Amino acid sequence: MKLVTAIVKPFKLDEVKDALKDVGVQGMTVTESRGFGRQRGHTEVYRGAEYQIDFVPKVQIEILTEDAIVDRVVEAIAEAAKTGTIGDGKIWVTPVEDVRRIRTGESGADAI
Amino acid sequence: MTILWVIIGHTLAFGPDIGKVIGEGGWIGGLDFLGFKDVGAEAVEVAGTQLTIPHTTFGIYQMMFAIITPALIAGTYAERIKFSAYLVFTAVWVLVVYAPMAHWVWGGGFLGLSGLGALDFAGGTVVHQNAGAAALAAALVLGKRKGYPNDPMRPHNVPFVVLGASILWFGWFGFNGGSALFADGFASLAFANTHVAAGAAIFGWMIPEWMQHKRGTTVGAATGAVAGLVAITPAAGFVRPWSAIVIGLVAGAVCYGAVQLKHRFSYDDALDVVGVHYVGGLVGAILTGVFATKSIIIPDGGLLYSGDFTQVLKQIVASVIATGWGFILSYIILKVIDMVWGVRVSEEDEDSGLDLSQHAEEAYSA
Repeated sequence: MKLVTAIVKPFKLDEVKDALKDVGVQGMTVTESRGFGRQRGHTEVYRGAEYQIDFVPKVQIEILTEDAIVDRVVEAIAEAAKTGTIGDGKIWVTPVEDVRRIRTGESGADAI
Repeated sequence: MTILWVIIGHTLAFGPDIGKVIGEGGWIGGLDFLGFKDVGAEAVEVAGTQLTIPHTTFGIYQMMFAIITPALIAGTYAERIKFSAYLVFTAVWVLVVYAPMAHWVWGGGFLGLSGLGALDFAGGTVVHQNAGAAALAAALVLGKRKGYPNDPMRPHNVPFVVLGASILWFGWFGFNGGSALFADGFASLAFANTHVAAGAAIFGWMIPEWMQHKRGTTVGAATGAVAGLVAITPAAGFVRPWSAIVIGLVAGAVCYGAVQLKHRFSYDDALDVVGVHYVGGLVGAILTGVFATKSIIIPDGGLLYSGDFTQVLKQIVASVIATGWGFILSYIILKVIDMVWGVRVSEEDEDSGLDLSQHAEEAYSA
């Protein structure tokens, strides 16, 4: 079992969600976040004062998957989230020791 | 402030005048209206003028000014003042700093029409310069917020800023229009001028802002509007609407520059009370001396109509007195409070935020 974490641009969320459904992913958790990598921030002005804001709004998506489809999941996200401009984001995969569905008590691959 | 004003504030400001400093104008009101005694339904004589409204109406209306003036200062010391210090400071301030100023200009004292003859229709000097100067004192005594000016301290809700400015704009029709104390042409002139100046001031602000930042900002527009409202306050019933346009444009532009001064002089005025209220009030007070039309109150009119600087000089004198009075007394009051039990919260309390440390509440706990 794997945890796929992706940081994408907020307006790409719906496209990524649809692409994930197409490869068979049935659930995900989404968090609003802020961050930067190579993308530079921007300047904001309030009452004459300039502020250099480094953090850019992003969306973090977490998906639990079986090992078998991990590559397809990563590929689907990458394709849907890509714009070609700096700040498109990153995807990483981490191993998961155990998963449990709270309602039924199922664990392991059945819980995904 | 409400309680204090009923008990003693109103009488200090508007009680029968004591002493003679300039002309018939004296130092302070007596205690005739202590506890709102004789403040009733009758339209009596107050501050040498026959009221056109019940004394109670006048009393509660003036109470509004008394409450709003120290509230202005809060914009400067936000985010680092102890709640207890804020309560004590405000209570002392309204009686010791505001009431005398109100008496001197409006209550028959030595600066207003019984004495020097300075004009202040609805509070450019009594309210805005007074509170603005006090705000500067507060900024110096309280010190800068932790992290200022390097950490970005952005407005947390721009729609609220616009909503607040809109409420102010609307409410100001009462603040200025009502100062005519009668529903007549005087009031409607003040009403019209108020709106006109606010609108013009948005442009006054936006022009230098666009030149410097290549954009018009929402918070800037809101601030510009408020600057215009402040500046027209002393002039509202005394000038023609075309003059209100000029006053608004000038106030918007001057306050835009004034707001930058805090960086130059290195003080933390969280919401720019000094740049907007003090400077706006000063600009408005002086321009009142320029644009005031000839009337019963000012037979020769301001500089533009009479050709001489007398009224402008009177405005300047009253402004200097309000500035010195507001600044020095506020500085002293805050220093005393600071020595006795401290005005500023501890560093940990400032980090956790005043909602939690001072009030055991979170504004947005969801």
